Amino acid sequence: MGIGLKQFAPGHRTCAGCGSAIVFRHVLEALGDDVIICQATGCMEVTTTPYPETSFKVPWIHVVFENAASVASGVKRSLKAQGNNHTRVVAMGGDGGMIDIGFGAVSGALERGEDIIIMVYDTEAYSNTGLQRSGGTPFGASTTTSPAGKKIPGKQEWKKNIAMIAVMHGAKYVATANPAFWADLQAKIKKAYKLEGGPRLIHIYSPCPVGWHVEPSKTIKVAKLAVETGLWMLYEVEEGKLKINYKPKEFKPVEDYFKLQGRFKHLLGRKDIMEKIESHVREWWETMEKVEKEGINLLKMI
Amino acid sequence: MPREVMEGSQAVARVVASCDVKVIAAYPITPQTHIVQELAKMHADGVIDCEYINVEAEFSAISAILGATAAGARSFTATCSQGLALMHEVVFASAGMRIPLVMVIANRALSAPINIWNDHQDSMAERDSGWIQLYCENVQEVVDSVVQAYKIAEHKDVLLPVMVGMDGFYLTHVYEPVEIPPKEKVVKFLGKFNYPYRLDPKKPVTMGPLGFPADYARLRKQLAEAVWNSKKVVRKVHDDYAKRFGRSYGDGLLEVYGDGGKAIVAMGSMCGTIKHMIDKDELEDVSLIRVRTFRPFPKDEIKDVLRDKDTVIVMEKNISLGNAGAVYLEVRDALYDEKRKPKIVNFIVGLGGVDVNRPTVKYVVEKAEKVKSGYVEIVDGNEISASY
Amino acid sequence: MSKTKQRKDLPGGIITDIGSTARNKTGSWRTFKPVVNLEKCTGCGICEKFCPEGCITIQKVEGYDKPKCTINYDYCKGCLICMEECPFKVISSVVEEK
Repeated sequence: MGIGLKQFAPGHRTCAGCGSAIVFRHVLEALGDDVIICQATGCMEVTTTPYPETSFKVPWIHVVFENAASVASGVKRSLKAQGNNHTRVVAMGGDGGMIDIGFGAVSGALERGEDIIIMVYDTEAYSNTGLQRSGGTPFGASTTTSPAGKKIPGKQEWKKNIAMIAVMHGAKYVATANPAFWADLQAKIKKAYKLEGGPRLIHIYSPCPVGWHVEPSKTIKVAKLAVETGLWMLYEVEEGKLKINYKPKEFKPVEDYFKLQGRFKHLLGRKDIMEKIESHVREWWETMEKVEKEGINLLKMI
Repeated sequence: MPREVMEGSQAVARVVASCDVKVIAAYPITPQTHIVQELAKMHADGVIDCEYINVEAEFSAISAILGATAAGARSFTATCSQGLALMHEVVFASAGMRIPLVMVIANRALSAPINIWNDHQDSMAERDSGWIQLYCENVQEVVDSVVQAYKIAEHKDVLLPVMVGMDGFYLTHVYEPVEIPPKEKVVKFLGKFNYPYRLDPKKPVTMGPLGFPADYARLRKQLAEAVWNSKKVVRKVHDDYAKRFGRSYGDGLLEVYGDGGKAIVAMGSMCGTIKHMIDKDELEDVSLIRVRTFRPFPKDEIKDVLRDKDTVIVMEKNISLGNAGAVYLEVRDALYDEKRKPKIVNFIVGLGGVDVNRPTVKYVVEKAEKVKSGYVEIVDGNEISASY
Repeated sequence: MSKTKQRKDLPGGIITDIGSTARNKTGSWRTFKPVVNLEKCTGCGICEKFCPEGCITIQKVEGYDKPKCTINYDYCKGCLICMEECPFKVISSVVEEK
């Protein structure tokens, strides 16, 4: 049987080349059978459960958009009250559901130290409703509500960093992942599964070919370039200690990443903006590498 | 069984403990706060063995108890006013998903202006959600209704959430002698919580899927029928409870008090004042029809008790802005097919905690004499001081 | 994949027929069809890891000793990620004939 199929059936209505579908297969396989999934409204909810069908073969619940982490908190406490301490409970949602509208619920669950796994699959926009800008949308990206216009070249704010926000809540384990690095992704999910007694948050890059105007076949290519340009850093923070899992020998030019994607098309040839982004990335890496090298315990900052 | 004098909120907390609730979600809001504070203390003292979740918002309170109940544990939360309004989305979703939640609503006005005092606008705004709604007259009834709410919600033919309305401050903060039914007896009455389709890795299910138009409409029809049909369960549970615990509230749907030709239709704590005035002959030829179950609406039953009245005076603490009081509209609708229609008038009283006292009731009854059928008035309290 | 079809609506639209989207053969969406050159396929499994549908398996194929890339065309939507990511370039695409 193929990867993840024991937990997640085919026949779902995700678009051809969907990055989130790849993410889900790996996540669900790594989680195994003894889990309950609490999912936020979004692409991976509507495409997978068109009544009376479902792709899921593990217990799964969806309520509304912004409460996955709260539903998961209730499910976990319920199991605990019933003496079940083995089943893992996962709150899953996209950047809209977890970084924006459901952020309060995520923050609350992190603050309470809920014994759950919070998984954010980040398509960097509201993919389900036609690619509107979200807190996860990167600087410069053109979306339907931050379009590249004659005056304003796409989104003018930096991406909200949900992973470091989780660290600052004192989360037990925080990691970033990317489907192009599937073994790393699975390992992180398994680690989150194993670590008990507090919240674990995994922030996963999830390419959306239709929304990003990327060839469906290039989903993984784009995902890989996100890492190789330094725009998406693979790291984990366990008990406050940062570890960068992959360091490209040399960053590829951001332009290589942008030219595959319609959402960045307007930035090609805009040296000023490209340099602004590249220097932002460089400074971010320098800071993170310094934190890693000096062994700074990030939990001591709070 | 002994009666103890305690605050209404404390009584709710005590009866929740009797119901063997396993998960409590709590978020403060006046005048509900005392309920979850009392439960927190009982939890901290080890008096109740349950999970207590201090959520970051009411939206998460209802979401957490939804998750907890779906995973197979009896749960509880309480809220009111802005908190209930914030929950709105999940109020609808939980009914649509047929999750048997129980919530106590310490009824309070909605903003604006911001106001912490009692009326029924908060829960009446949720009347179309699919929740069963019970409105109580006194603390003892709240206590008994909480037990009944779990029994009704979890009934296999119902599987609907239930809200128990208790007037904020008038009932949450009043000290009354009440009898708290003991846990052994309540647990025996309720039986073990056994939600049939719970989230369980041994028997996986999918809950809350996407419904395309035809499936959505069919499932909403299923929900509508479940709410209509729950009427007989509400009644049966009330009757069974009365047999076991010795207290009843009319037939569980309506309570008829007196037989005067002028019928006041009302809900909640103001019914105590009206009953007192009837007892003391302060009102001539007046009877009271107390609506205890507002959802499902006891349409046939109310028609039966009102058809021979001369005047129906609906006094209520809410208004469907742009029209009239919600209870009035439904009572009027119930009487539409009757050949002989009583005169029917509507008085909106007690908004934002304006006292519904004896002069108010007197004013309403006297004014009802002078006006035509269909008359609607919002009594803001200033009329009373002017004329009494 | 799915065994029994759920016949009646359960309260709230709960679905007990798990994994039942498998009834929906998304292969009909395909415009381009990935075709594997089995002679050259090493069975490395990269394609399997990146298929969004999970419709690629590395399995025994008749006439070959080593397991090979096998595409289940019932579900393949024709995204061609497998072709793009194949390190040995043994997958090509043809226009789907319908």
